[in-house]
Amino acid sequence: MTLLEVKDLAVEFTTAEGVVRAVRGVDFTVEAGRTLGIVGESGSGKSVTSLAVMGLHRGAAVTGSVRFQGTELIGAPEETVRQLRGRRMAMVFQDALTSLHPYFTIGDQIAEAHRAHFGTGRRAALARAVEVLGDVGIPEPARRAGEYPHQFSGGMRQRAMIALALSCEPDLIIADEPTTALDVTVQAQVLELLMKIQQDRGLGIIMITHDLGVIARVADEVLVMYGGAAAEQAPAETLFSTPRHPYTQGLLDSLPRLDAADGDPLHAIPGSPPSLLSPPAGCAFHPRCARYAAAPEEVRAVCTDGRPPLRLVAEQHRSACLLDPPSAGRTTHQEVTA
Amino acid sequence: MTAPLPEAAAQGAGAVVSAADPAPAPAAPPAPDPTGPAAGPADAAAGPAGPPASPWRLAWHRLRRQRPAMAGLGIIAFFVLGSLLAPVLTAISGYGPADTDKKALDLYLGGLPKGALGGAGTRHWLGVEPGLGHDVFARLLYGGQISLLVAFSAALVTTVIGVLLGITAGYFGGRTDTVISRFMDIMMSFPSLIFMIALLSVARNANRILLLILVMSVFGWPYIARLIRGQTLSLKHREYVEAARACGTSSARILFTEILPNLTGTIIVYVTLAIPGLIGAEAALTYLGVGVRPPTPSWGQMISDAVPYYKVDPMFFLLPSLCLFLVVLAFTLLGDALRDALDPKGSRA
Amino acid sequence: MIAFLIRRVAGILLTLVVIAAITFAVFYLLPSDPAAQFCGKDCSADRILLVRQQMGLDDPVTVQFGRYLVGIFAGQTLGSGSYAVHCGFPCFGYSYQSAQPVWDLMMDRLPASASLAVGAAFLWLVMGLAAGVVSALRRGTWLDRTLMVGTIGIAAMPVYFTAMVLLYFVVGQLNLIPYPRYIAFGEHPFQWIQNLILPWITLALMSAAMYARMTRNSVIETMAEPFVRTARAKGLRERRVVAKHGLRPALTPVATMLGMDLGGLLAGALITESLFGLPGVGKLFADSLNKADQPVIMGVTLLASFFIVTSNLIVDVVYAWIDPRARLS
Repeated sequence: MTLLEVKDLAVEFTTAEGVVRAVRGVDFTVEAGRTLGIVGESGSGKSVTSLAVMGLHRGAAVTGSVRFQGTELIGAPEETVRQLRGRRMAMVFQDALTSLHPYFTIGDQIAEAHRAHFGTGRRAALARAVEVLGDVGIPEPARRAGEYPHQFSGGMRQRAMIALALSCEPDLIIADEPTTALDVTVQAQVLELLMKIQQDRGLGIIMITHDLGVIARVADEVLVMYGGAAAEQAPAETLFSTPRHPYTQGLLDSLPRLDAADGDPLHAIPGSPPSLLSPPAGCAFHPRCARYAAAPEEVRAVCTDGRPPLRLVAEQHRSACLLDPPSAGRTTHQEVTA
Repeated sequence: MTAPLPEAAAQGAGAVVSAADPAPAPAAPPAPDPTGPAAGPADAAAGPAGPPASPWRLAWHRLRRQRPAMAGLGIIAFFVLGSLLAPVLTAISGYGPADTDKKALDLYLGGLPKGALGGAGTRHWLGVEPGLGHDVFARLLYGGQISLLVAFSAALVTTVIGVLLGITAGYFGGRTDTVISRFMDIMMSFPSLIFMIALLSVARNANRILLLILVMSVFGWPYIARLIRGQTLSLKHREYVEAARACGTSSARILFTEILPNLTGTIIVYVTLAIPGLIGAEAALTYLGVGVRPPTPSWGQMISDAVPYYKVDPMFFLLPSLCLFLVVLAFTLLGDALRDALDPKGSRA
Repeated sequence: MIAFLIRRVAGILLTLVVIAAITFAVFYLLPSDPAAQFCGKDCSADRILLVRQQMGLDDPVTVQFGRYLVGIFAGQTLGSGSYAVHCGFPCFGYSYQSAQPVWDLMMDRLPASASLAVGAAFLWLVMGLAAGVVSALRRGTWLDRTLMVGTIGIAAMPVYFTAMVLLYFVVGQLNLIPYPRYIAFGEHPFQWIQNLILPWITLALMSAAMYARMTRNSVIETMAEPFVRTARAKGLRERRVVAKHGLRPALTPVATMLGMDLGGLLAGALITESLFGLPGVGKLFADSLNKADQPVIMGVTLLASFFIVTSNLIVDVVYAWIDPRARLS
């Protein structure tokens, strides 16, 4: 069942220095019981995308279509979106310490969400909070519910955030870098928790991260973003085994390998991320792209001529590189190798 | 004045040190921040291909666009020039600050200036003071000298002491920090204006100007010290400081080459915002009779003298008040804009 | 919370002793002839000698300080024999010029100062907070801009300027109210208000401007915090997000500021009282400056310090009550 359908989502901010086009046309869908991983570096627009889906941008121009369980959210009245937020689609933020209110107890904060959506009484809402804290594996949940965020450890705080997201039994959870601020062992625990919850409840999850390791662990489908646009989209296994977009290839190449020979240099992608104030013409990646550099003039003209859309290059595998041969069944030609 | 401006200045200046963070631009902003993900100062202004401009040039660039700040700067320049050129200007206008001109006063009216607007005219450009017939223009200029001198000096001394102690407390921590912080707490518990008055009233024969500067500094330093201490505490854990330590750099060098430069923004904003308070304090102290004494001219003294005449010679009251007002306003505008310009997250309208 | 309180009170006591010591040092040790200063301007040499005896200035410093400190709590008898004066608890000194214990002089004036302070504080809090919050929530609109420009202007005006302008227009030109003089609240509540309204506005205006700006900054900063975003993400109504999640943290700096400001309040009250001729502690202080009545100056200084230290304690307690993180320190 399709939970979320995003088409051509674009987000623009107007700043003193000009218009920042943080997201420039992104499509994806999320199914119940499946995890979509959105991966990209800082500034790729992945967090902005998730906030746009939740309608949490203020003062930004959001265009395109976001359909959640059939309801169109872009342009919908605020009240409609508000009722969905927290109730049917919930968000888990990166830094639980700053994302939880320092003045209220954890129990209160979780209960508050429940009361806002269901109108439950204080006692019942608090009981629900204790219950969901237990679900996420926090020991002594009743006692913990009366404590403040600063009294929790990092990992527990993140679990508390997840509990908060779960409190109203949503259908979709958007996790924005939920493990970035945590130690590696704790990371693993939190990810496991999310997977278990997904299995138990059939939730759809959007996992946003810059860490390919996390993607490998939890994602069914992956969307790679660069410069505010989609670069590649494929099932996780396919992406890791046969990446088609030069950026994805670069990312995977830059991962240090245990089986590399001594003295092998690390491969970095040359250059730096684009400015979203004045992005490069055409494909945002072309200034750093080896494929572009190697291609002859007439062929590579397409790279600077408008933003390349995601095209099917293999089964269920899309890439936004126009220098990449299309899927079987279309005219094939010499594959341009990097 | 009632203005606890050292505190307010500290509040204002506190935001600036985030400018010091050399870390790369963070991942996407929280919803309300409209500046967007990649809009770090270097990117936004220089564009993708240009060389990154230094933070100072960017700040200046941003500052220039703020008209109130430029107006403030203009006003300050005007007054500073006026004070510096006081001897020249009074030579032109013809009257010095101590010259009395009884002929301009109407003795039948109890020593009030002849003519409207407090006797302003071609001879006395801004009129004369009732009573002794001093030239208002000259006294304003020389009074400005005193006010600005005292305020700037006090700001300087306060900053030097405050920064030194704040950095020491913040960087070295432990016992040093406890002692200095305790000292700061106690100093801040004093009702400063009242103690200043007390001290000034007790020491009758010392040089008033020096005494004023000293007294204001003694009560002013804790605020900036506390601010600097806080910033130092967060800075000392930055990677570049640890790197310097790992290289074996001496503490003193680290303080001066790694930490202090990152505090300059905060310091500048603080000083700019603290000066109005100091000017006001000096004026208040003089007004109450414990500041500079006649015949030294001072705006506070002029206002004090003008109060009894406010109904019949409002100009005499208005002019020094206006000068005070303008200078305070100018520094506040400038300080505010400086803070916005130096804070890279400046979405503070 | 209790542990926190106890720690704080202990710290306060230490601070008070230090302040008493410094006040003592300033008034007894710093001047070349404290007796002359205490006696006043027109004292004869004989009288000064008498004062010297009474104050026990020939005793060692530690004894003097001990006597001074104890005297605050237990009262003091200055001098002996037929010229002895008794200064009851709390003894903040004895004014030779007025032939009265300083405490009595101060307490006499306290109601006027209290009336001024309380009324002004109320006014400026209401005006400042309201303006600041409205400005922050309607950021960028003309309302916000006007308010902010206005506050800068008002904050720059010296107190005496405001007072004079108000007096000139409201009393002089428009004749709305008679020239203010102090009427105790007990005597006639309405006139109490009527006479205090101008001093209240004078004292409140500058602070209100500062508070408005501070509140505005604080609210804007708080509303940009991640936990506000979380509140929205939970699906709470905007009103609740602002009121419950936003304003509470935004207003804590104001609480701190208020505490610190109570000290500045005294300073402003000083000038306002002199300007309007209100018989308060501030005016007492200003007059004593003119008359060089040292004991009163010292007494008021001490009182003011105690007042500030206590109010700082109250602010700390309130702050810890609001922000659970502060209870740790």
